[in-house]
Amino acid sequence: MTVDDGAGEWRDRLVIDGSADAPVVRLTGTWSLRGPVTRYVEIAPRLAAAKRVSLGAQDLKAWDSSAVNFLAALLRDCEARKIAVDQTALPEGLRRLLTLAFAVPPPASVRGTPQAPGLLAALGQHALTVWRDLPAMVEFAGEITLSLGRFCTGRARYRRQDLGWLIEEVGPRALPIVSLISFLVGTILAYMGAVQLALFGAEIYIADLVGIGVVREVAALMTGIILAGRTGAAYAAQLGTMQVNEEIDAFRTLGVSPIDYLVLPRMLALLLMVPLLTLYAGIVGILAGMLIAVGVFNVGMYEYYNETLTALELKHFAVGVIKGTVYGGLVAFAGCLRGMNCGRSAQAVGESTTSAVVLGILLITISASVLTIVFHKLGI
Amino acid sequence: MAYGDYVIQRDLNFTVNRGDIFVIMGGSGCGKSTLLKQMIGLNRPSRGAVLYDGEDYWAASPEAQVERQRSFGVLFQAGALWSSLTLAENVALPLQEFTGLTPDLIREIVSLKLSLVGLAGFEAFYPSEISGGMKKRAGLARAMALDPEILFFDEPSAGLDPLSSRRLDELILELRDSLGATIVLVTHELASIFAIANNSVFLDADTKTMIATGDPKALARGDVEKVRNFLQRGGA
Repeated sequence: MTVDDGAGEWRDRLVIDGSADAPVVRLTGTWSLRGPVTRYVEIAPRLAAAKRVSLGAQDLKAWDSSAVNFLAALLRDCEARKIAVDQTALPEGLRRLLTLAFAVPPPASVRGTPQAPGLLAALGQHALTVWRDLPAMVEFAGEITLSLGRFCTGRARYRRQDLGWLIEEVGPRALPIVSLISFLVGTILAYMGAVQLALFGAEIYIADLVGIGVVREVAALMTGIILAGRTGAAYAAQLGTMQVNEEIDAFRTLGVSPIDYLVLPRMLALLLMVPLLTLYAGIVGILAGMLIAVGVFNVGMYEYYNETLTALELKHFAVGVIKGTVYGGLVAFAGCLRGMNCGRSAQAVGESTTSAVVLGILLITISASVLTIVFHKLGI
Repeated sequence: MAYGDYVIQRDLNFTVNRGDIFVIMGGSGCGKSTLLKQMIGLNRPSRGAVLYDGEDYWAASPEAQVERQRSFGVLFQAGALWSSLTLAENVALPLQEFTGLTPDLIREIVSLKLSLVGLAGFEAFYPSEISGGMKKRAGLARAMALDPEILFFDEPSAGLDPLSSRRLDELILELRDSLGATIVLVTHELASIFAIANNSVFLDADTKTMIATGDPKALARGDVEKVRNFLQRGGA
């Protein structure tokens, strides 16, 4: 027989004697989850020949779940092998816990721990989720359109205070970050342009470059992206948490459409505020360009002002505002969609918030390309 | 105890003995849950001390507080299971954090704890997939994960049907008897109070202090009218 070194581990806490076919297993010493813990599998071979097992605990000083766990595993094994176990010598508390542990058998149709899918399967599942996502998006867009229809005919029910609060949240409170970002982007544009234009001594055209670039494209794009991170994420988190707390179900059971009550005001707030924010961002960008041109590249302030006025036409503002409005609508759509379709856990709220921002930026980028091509073809 | 300047209860003085099933009673809004939070170290009392084995919890060092908290098991009102973890992971987390057990052993112990509360076989379920009563029991399994000396329950039977609620009471009693734990619970379920409690404190919202302490069965026949009314549901 080989000497089992691991045996020393459990000898502090277990005494096994009696004959091979009727062993007596006695718990001794201290059984604690904090100390070394003995598992049944370690001593199972010693009971291999047993026909009847007696349990005891004469010198057991203190015990906790580790002892219950050991005995439960022993009992389960003996039950499977149809071996009788004499528990009468166990302390009453232990015996009662063991009875409790076996009181409710696991239901027959319980699923096991799910297997992690392989790489290919995971890829396929992911593709399917994205594919199944499309109808949900179309459906949600339809619901919003219907709701907007109800709003236009004055039949949508929502709270005016909510709309006011949302407008404040989306518009005025976004001004600091919009100012900062558009100022910096205006600065970057001016510098980038100026370095090239200075080669021809044409610094004055910084005004054209910054003016048209910012007003037509950059202001709308920057505002859209800021709102995706700021407002789209907030919408998804708000609605997602309401979904978790069953607040959205509460609206449904009242016969109040959650789309009218929650989504519509959010869409409206963004659609109303985005054109203003875009215009504002454009103006801040132009001012930043002027500051750089005048301060760094020695362009006259009045010349710059004049050049900007000549370069900018109303159509540039129109293009910028239309783009900004579209982006804003898409951000609100992505935020509300992800919020309303959120799962019911803290993790799901996190996922839907992330997804709202990612989807928002994705939609902005796609629509930016489409709109640019469309406006180009139209010659605007 | 107070929130800012708003005093909720003052001059509370009571003792919970080892092995007690102790009930904190009182009408709605009288500060029962706040008292519980101060006992388990979530809110600091504005004045006074919470003594465990004669040591003031709030005067102790942060390390000593954590050590003390490890001997607590808390069952929150709605279970407070971590929603992104399965039941098994919920129960396993305290074991992983505070013991050096091997993953195999943790899995065994988690199964044991879940079977103790009658949830054998539900290891892979997420909290959102099980009923309210099951969440309570799973919360209990998590509270018991580290074999605590003191178990705290906030409204254990709220939202349960009378039968489930009675089964939970029996479970609490069984666990006290077999594990030798002390149990402190906030409840206004009269049936539970009489079925399991052997000690209590009664908080009054009007006078903002405790008006009785002792075995609820004795208090029901005692001479404090408000408590008698409460325990006899205003009748008799």
